[in-house]
Amino acid sequence: MLKLEKRPQPSKAWVWLAPVVAVIATMIAGGALFALLGKDPLVAIRTIFWDPLFSEFAFFYRPQLLVKGAPLILIAIGLSLGFRAGIWNIGAEGQYIVGALTGAGVGLMFYPMEGWFIFPLMVMAGALGGWAWATIPAVLKVKFGTNEILVSLMLVYVAEQLLASMSLGLMKNPEGFGFPGSRNLQQYPSAHNAELIAGSGMHWGVVAALIAVIFAYVMLTRHILGFHIRLTGEAPRAARFAGVNPARLVLICLGLAGALAGLAGMFEVSGPAGRVSIDFNVGYGFTAIIVAFLGRLHPLGIALAGLLMALTYIGGEIAQSRLGLPAAAIQMFQGMLLFFLLAVDVMTNYRLRLTWREVA
Amino acid sequence: MDLSSINPILLLASLMVAATPLLLAAVGELVVEKAGVLNLGVEGMMITGAICGFAIAVNTGNPLLGVLAAAAGGAVLSLLFALLTQVALANQVASGLGLTLFGLGLSSLIGQGYQGIRPPSFPRLNIPGLSDMPVLGRILFSHDLMVYLGLIIVTAVWFMLKYTRAGLILRAVGENHEAAHALGYKVVRIRIMAILFGGACAGMGGAYISLIRVPQWTEGMTAGIGWIALALVVFASWKPWRVLLGAYLFGGVTVIQLNLQAAGVAIPVEYLAMSPYLITILVLVIMSADKSSAPASLGRVFHASR
Repeated sequence: MLKLEKRPQPSKAWVWLAPVVAVIATMIAGGALFALLGKDPLVAIRTIFWDPLFSEFAFFYRPQLLVKGAPLILIAIGLSLGFRAGIWNIGAEGQYIVGALTGAGVGLMFYPMEGWFIFPLMVMAGALGGWAWATIPAVLKVKFGTNEILVSLMLVYVAEQLLASMSLGLMKNPEGFGFPGSRNLQQYPSAHNAELIAGSGMHWGVVAALIAVIFAYVMLTRHILGFHIRLTGEAPRAARFAGVNPARLVLICLGLAGALAGLAGMFEVSGPAGRVSIDFNVGYGFTAIIVAFLGRLHPLGIALAGLLMALTYIGGEIAQSRLGLPAAAIQMFQGMLLFFLLAVDVMTNYRLRLTWREVA
Repeated sequence: MDLSSINPILLLASLMVAATPLLLAAVGELVVEKAGVLNLGVEGMMITGAICGFAIAVNTGNPLLGVLAAAAGGAVLSLLFALLTQVALANQVASGLGLTLFGLGLSSLIGQGYQGIRPPSFPRLNIPGLSDMPVLGRILFSHDLMVYLGLIIVTAVWFMLKYTRAGLILRAVGENHEAAHALGYKVVRIRIMAILFGGACAGMGGAYISLIRVPQWTEGMTAGIGWIALALVVFASWKPWRVLLGAYLFGGVTVIQLNLQAAGVAIPVEYLAMSPYLITILVLVIMSADKSSAPASLGRVFHASR
């Protein structure tokens, strides 16, 4: 019979092989799912993974890869720091919303004044908003030992209500004929997060995501804080002896994750989305959890995983319009990816051994 | 604002209805956590149960069959979690989150074409004599079967954990899986059974929302009730009776907030709708001072090396 045997050290090969195997397994299982829905599995998989990059209309879809990938990468980088240290912030969706609200709020406050300083102020406000929202579970955990998983998640629902309230009330466009939603920031040059190179999809959020990847990489490999984060995750007891202050780590990890998620929200609301509206958030905060794991909690891995996940979003949309594949199928596809990854991951820490049942 | 429009008797009666899905999901999760497993996928199992129950009830016209299907659906989904965490030894937090994300996608996939349909109505129990009592009859004795089923399950779980050998073994597995393994108990098998029970309960809780409380199907309709159920287990310090108390408390908050919305209180609707989540946080803060009652092996991976 097959038995699992713990490896003395995690397998280096499997660390990087597991995501690849998981993606392939997900394609196979997803193909089966699409076949069950009555679609040609090969066509569906090609539409999702190939067409956005290499079909004749790819010039239209390629920029979207950056637009959709940037928020995912930004959020996932922040989450990965906490996940590495065993600090589970799963409320990034809420921090994303609040960052968008504070960022857009500052922009709308200045309307219709023009000035170079408005956009930087909005960026700061977005980061601060996300940071503040994530600091709530952090402070509660440090002060009272409250479970940060549940608190950060509850705050997502609170943030969603806040978003509804804002787009129907305080931030509603006074010239919007009574429709919910704020002024369109795309038509307000000082607050618009415009494309840096026209038609490339490259906006300030993409730049921020790039900086975040490099910053996280340097911090994790070269800085004492990164070392403390890794140590706390891999050997909590040793970390305590090494003088790591767990409370400080919780505040930093959650705060950073919140600030990055807030930034992502702010860049989204002032750029691709354009305005605060009830259905502004589309679940990037939750998908980023999958991105963080798929990228092995490693900054470079996350950058790749974020682009891959963005691809499934875009390909999913194409498949939706062209093949009539339901949007939910893509959501399930992304969920499956996380499952397969977690399942395959067993090979990183254990190896399979063929044994004969011994006589008891 | 017209507070006099709120009828206290109807309020208490609807409190029992609002509390039932929470109660079912939380008591299931309590058993899972007592066995030492942290399943964060309650929300996903609930919403899967909600749509499975709804679809079967609509197609067969029998709401009871729907509830059974919901329990089966929740249990099947939780089996995925069991395979991941007990066989593939995956991280329980990540697997639970995955289960929720997957469940939300799966449910909206199944739920296509079920929007805007009314499910067959659930029969109300009419207990001769009791249901006709003036005030208490309306509050306590004129509900559907599921309200009482929830209470029966809580009682059964309490009795099993406290007075039976099976309950003792379950607790032993949750407190110290190494010791339980050394005594010859099948840790993995017991945990898988607990996870399946939790999934079935969460599924029924979800079906209660889609079949009785709302009753219709909309995407993401559980709206965080699964997560509140998780918080409830912490609130209850892993004691079944306190789950009951907590569920009625949260049910009460939900019902009062809905009634205030209907009565047109000066507070905006969005802020009233936040209140159950804010109160959950408040309760977590108050209860988290005492961690001693948590099962000692909660969330830890068990691998029998010998």
